[in-house]
Amino acid sequence: MKRLAVVTGAARGIGYSISEKLVRSGWSVAGCDVLEDDLMTASDKLGDSFSPWVLDIADEGAVRETTGRIEKELGPVFGLVNNAGVTRDGLIMRMEKNDWDLVLNVNLTGAFLMCRAFSRGMLRQKEGSIVNISSVVALLGAPGQVNYVSTKAGLLGLTRALSREFAARNIRVNAVAPGFIETEMTRELSEKVREDYANRVPMKRMGQPENIADAVHFLLDDISSYITGVVLPVDGGLTT
Amino acid sequence: MSLESRVTDIIIDKLGVKPEQVTMEAQFDTDLGADSIDQYELIMGFEDAFGLRIDEEEATKLTTVGKVVNYLREKDLEQ
Repeated sequence: MKRLAVVTGAARGIGYSISEKLVRSGWSVAGCDVLEDDLMTASDKLGDSFSPWVLDIADEGAVRETTGRIEKELGPVFGLVNNAGVTRDGLIMRMEKNDWDLVLNVNLTGAFLMCRAFSRGMLRQKEGSIVNISSVVALLGAPGQVNYVSTKAGLLGLTRALSREFAARNIRVNAVAPGFIETEMTRELSEKVREDYANRVPMKRMGQPENIADAVHFLLDDISSYITGVVLPVDGGLTT
Repeated sequence: MSLESRVTDIIIDKLGVKPEQVTMEAQFDTDLGADSIDQYELIMGFEDAFGLRIDEEEATKLTTVGKVVNYLREKDLEQ
């Protein structure tokens, strides 16, 4: 039987790429996203091994209900990839509390709610692997993104704490810290800004979503069975 | 099999302790060496074995073997 992984933010960008990689590697994927149309498009492209679940991970009640249905309808969840994230950039002087709250609720609280929801099942089956998608900005900082950077650093705390909580139970918790990756999110930036980004990377190019997907697949798979609590930068050398 | 025996068996199985250690007065943490996750797993084990859900508030009060037995007995689960 195929092993089941839940991927949040699965409709587009890195989340879609992760889902595609997992499906191609023989996993079943329950893909969650708030973007219903994009999620259905993803579902059409990825076939029967991918099931779409419209979910706002910041909504505690919706998370409880949807994760319960996923387990009931699809069976035990072995992998969880907390990838969903939003940005509301701005200098701190102009950042509304709403923008702070929204980004925290989705990026950090959402990941907590998803981890909590599947913890019980993973404890029961004594097997599981959670991968949190952080960012190099958690390690480097970034101006105009105090909310986003705080959540990405928060995910590293979540990763380390939970990895210790579950290490003796054969449940691994790791983080991937993507560098500058070409996605819908970064495509909105100007050519000039993207060139500047690429030039700051020792490898002199931006990464592709597939680079992140490969790292996530590695950390979900048993091939990394003795690795837990780590942060794996996938950034062309940016944080070295 | 009595309720006590069923509870005791679950504890022995989950915590790997000796049967003689599992007295009704035994505290899960200090006497049986269970950490907080062990205790959570024990609660899950009781829930599975007896087919019920124990809410978090109740669960935190079940600190000794005897308290678990009494709780389950009150739930009228003796078979």
